Amino acid sequence: MARAVKTSTRVSYTIAAWVVALLIFFPILYTIITSLKTEGEAIAGFNLIPSFSLESYREVQNQQNYIKPFTNSVVLAVGSTVLGLLIGIPAAWAMAFSPTKRTKDVLMWMLSTKMMPAAAVLVPIYLIFLRLGIMDSRIGMTVLLMLINLPIIVWMLYTYFREIPGEILEAARMDGANLWGEIWHVLTPMAVPGIASTLLLNIILAWNESFWTIRLTTTNAAPLTAFIASFSSPQGLFWAKLSAASVMAIAPILIMGWFSQKQLVRGLTFGAVK
Amino acid sequence: MATRQTASIARLMRLPAIVVLFIWMIVPLAMTVYFSFRYYNLLNPAAGGWAGFENYQYFLTDPAFWQAIRNTLAIVLGVLAISVVGGIGVALLIDQPIFGQGLVRILVISPFFVMPPVAALVWKNMILHPGYGVAADIAKFFGLQPVDWFASYPLFSIILIVAWQWLPFAALILLTSLQSLDGEQKEAAEMDGASAFSRFRYLTLPHMSRAITIVILIETIFLLGVYAEILVTTNGGPGYASTNLPFLIYRAALLNQDVGGAAAGGVVAVIIANIVAIFLMRAVGKNLD
Repeated sequence: MARAVKTSTRVSYTIAAWVVALLIFFPILYTIITSLKTEGEAIAGFNLIPSFSLESYREVQNQQNYIKPFTNSVVLAVGSTVLGLLIGIPAAWAMAFSPTKRTKDVLMWMLSTKMMPAAAVLVPIYLIFLRLGIMDSRIGMTVLLMLINLPIIVWMLYTYFREIPGEILEAARMDGANLWGEIWHVLTPMAVPGIASTLLLNIILAWNESFWTIRLTTTNAAPLTAFIASFSSPQGLFWAKLSAASVMAIAPILIMGWFSQKQLVRGLTFGAVK
Repeated sequence: MATRQTASIARLMRLPAIVVLFIWMIVPLAMTVYFSFRYYNLLNPAAGGWAGFENYQYFLTDPAFWQAIRNTLAIVLGVLAISVVGGIGVALLIDQPIFGQGLVRILVISPFFVMPPVAALVWKNMILHPGYGVAADIAKFFGLQPVDWFASYPLFSIILIVAWQWLPFAALILLTSLQSLDGEQKEAAEMDGASAFSRFRYLTLPHMSRAITIVILIETIFLLGVYAEILVTTNGGPGYASTNLPFLIYRAALLNQDVGGAAAGGVVAVIIANIVAIFLMRAVGKNLD
């Protein structure tokens, strides 16, 4: 970028960008601020300076132990993503490096399974879960979330793997590498960034999935989505407490997202950038 | 170039993903189709047997059905319009040489990390609440009457919440695409005296078309199934004013305990989703290679 930009232009763009960014971020910011207010302050009108009271967090914790839904969220999000990668990596690898005439159709078909409205198959899934005895179990929810996100996993990985030049594999083959050697020594180092961003995006998607997790869990496997949905009932609703519960539900994934956003953004292209 | 051995190994590697997704698709779908032709109401277990097309007739002639279709389309198209147009604007802005670009990017992406029930609760109570929300505070500051958004404009309010969640996603994909635009090309166009608008219209926008297609595809997949935002805010109301198709089916299944009727609705929803999917896949398929 050899182009010199006038400082005044740069400053006005900077101000505009920050105003927009703060507007977009405002609902989250205000929730964090409100969670640190007392209930009295919370309904006393617009005010950006809280008294930094942790009372609401204590009350939320007393009402509903946070550790259990938090653990469930971690187990479901990480478990379903890892399981999805175990199935998705070989499939995407095969599609990218040994494509057949139907590879593109198969990919599109996979994606189309995501178009199936969840509500449409709620009763069948409910009955299957009952029959298999996995209602409100972590294992059932993990498998379910894996199935929901598998098409995205395969597609993202496919677009990544396709960028890896095939000649490198040819060369490895000439050198006598077998298939596993090929994957392990040649492909893995090149594919790690792609796998990492796929992993990140799918942890986020699984963490935030809010249809199945609310409808199919009650206590044992209920993650943070169900935890927060239980605060939506009108009785006993207090602003500061609600904010504290909201912050507790989103903080882990928000912090993970902030720290990994460079990696994630690189992965958010789905092959959109050629 | 692949040898026969690698081809058969490749088939083996593809198989697990294809098999599990096929089962995931076909088993619930077959059960839904089966239930849709049965009398099956949990409140009335005595009734059973084949219903023919009665469930479909019941579901399709329900006035709420057409309203739900309209609402579903309004949510999908409304959110797409806001998030794509807004996303282009935000992406263009962040792409400028600004101070603190990294932090701006973190702030902008944040709503995408917020789970739908939290997004809905935050907007419902912190922002749009007619008594204690920020919108009401602003209205009062200007001496206006605060608006009860979810009662007066339920569908608009839901579109607003969902758009807030998806605009960051659009902005970031579009930003990545913008950053891959050749700087020299831009400069050449500038030197040739092309106006900012025509540079955008004939250079930037065509360059982003692929990214825009992908944003539309992915967002549509998720927007067809908007659920938690409705559950937490309006519960579909007032009346059916903010009920979309998934929510209508959920109501039939869980509130009326009418499994047959819900299944018929489910089949209808699957058919509609497939029509949308075919159109989208065509468009995307054209744009993807």
